[in-house]
Amino acid sequence: MTTTGTHETEIVVPTDLPIVRILREFDAPVAKVFQAHVDPELFARWNGPRNLTQRTEHWDVRTGGAYRYVHVDPDGNEYAFFGSVHEVRPDELIVQTFTYEGFPDGVSLDRLRFEELPGGRCRLTATSLVDSFEGRDGFVSSGMEVGIREGYEQLDEILAES
Amino acid sequence: MTADPLSRVFSALADPTRRDMVARLASGDASVGELARPYDMSVQAVSKHLRVLEDSGLVTRTTDARRAPVHLEAKVLDLMTAWIERYRREAEERYRRLDDVLRDLPDRPGTTENDPTTGAAP
Repeated sequence: MTTTGTHETEIVVPTDLPIVRILREFDAPVAKVFQAHVDPELFARWNGPRNLTQRTEHWDVRTGGAYRYVHVDPDGNEYAFFGSVHEVRPDELIVQTFTYEGFPDGVSLDRLRFEELPGGRCRLTATSLVDSFEGRDGFVSSGMEVGIREGYEQLDEILAES
Repeated sequence: MTADPLSRVFSALADPTRRDMVARLASGDASVGELARPYDMSVQAVSKHLRVLEDSGLVTRTTDARRAPVHLEAKVLDLMTAWIERYRREAEERYRRLDDVLRDLPDRPGTTENDPTTGAAP
């Protein structure tokens, strides 16, 4: 089990299950944090990195729904993501799949749990399950796809030295 | 087993015995015999685990001899920690953007056009 982070975002990468868990608290009530996940305009404002714009192609975030959005970088390159929405319980839970179209066979099952904290605060626990450790490690080591290449290069260098 | 190095490091550490070995090697080199001692398994089985760790680059041995010291390549382990930290920072940046959105959000949000409970399409 590898855990990093202090009061900020916490990441848990267990070695016995191919999951990644992200924990984060917000100075906002559950209803708002949930709304920022299901409202397409709000979601597009924070989901992607700042240098990318998000174009929502399809947005039906409810039990049995689906979504697809595209990140566009300043050079016009597009990175598309889509998934099925399995279950949505307002202010409580979102269960969905997530695929980056650049890795078409890769899919994660995401469970987002929203919990009320005292003082009008909220804790979000996002757990992503994939079907292999390789897939999970791809998620963790990429972030964006440049990360994985840099990571491999670094590892190659270290392995070459030893 | 896939050929890419990163996956090999992560899969090598997916096994609790190998994780334990890595943790013990972090405090100093040890021979195969010394490594095998706490486990209820044959030296052969321990050697098998060591081979996986070696293939991943996490540990090195000068020879295959049983008494040859096994050495942990701490830099490879550090690199994995660094990858997780980078992932964490990306997630934190994303949630700081969400913090900003939440700060601007009115206290009593009006009825959303896309009510998740009724499934009205946008």
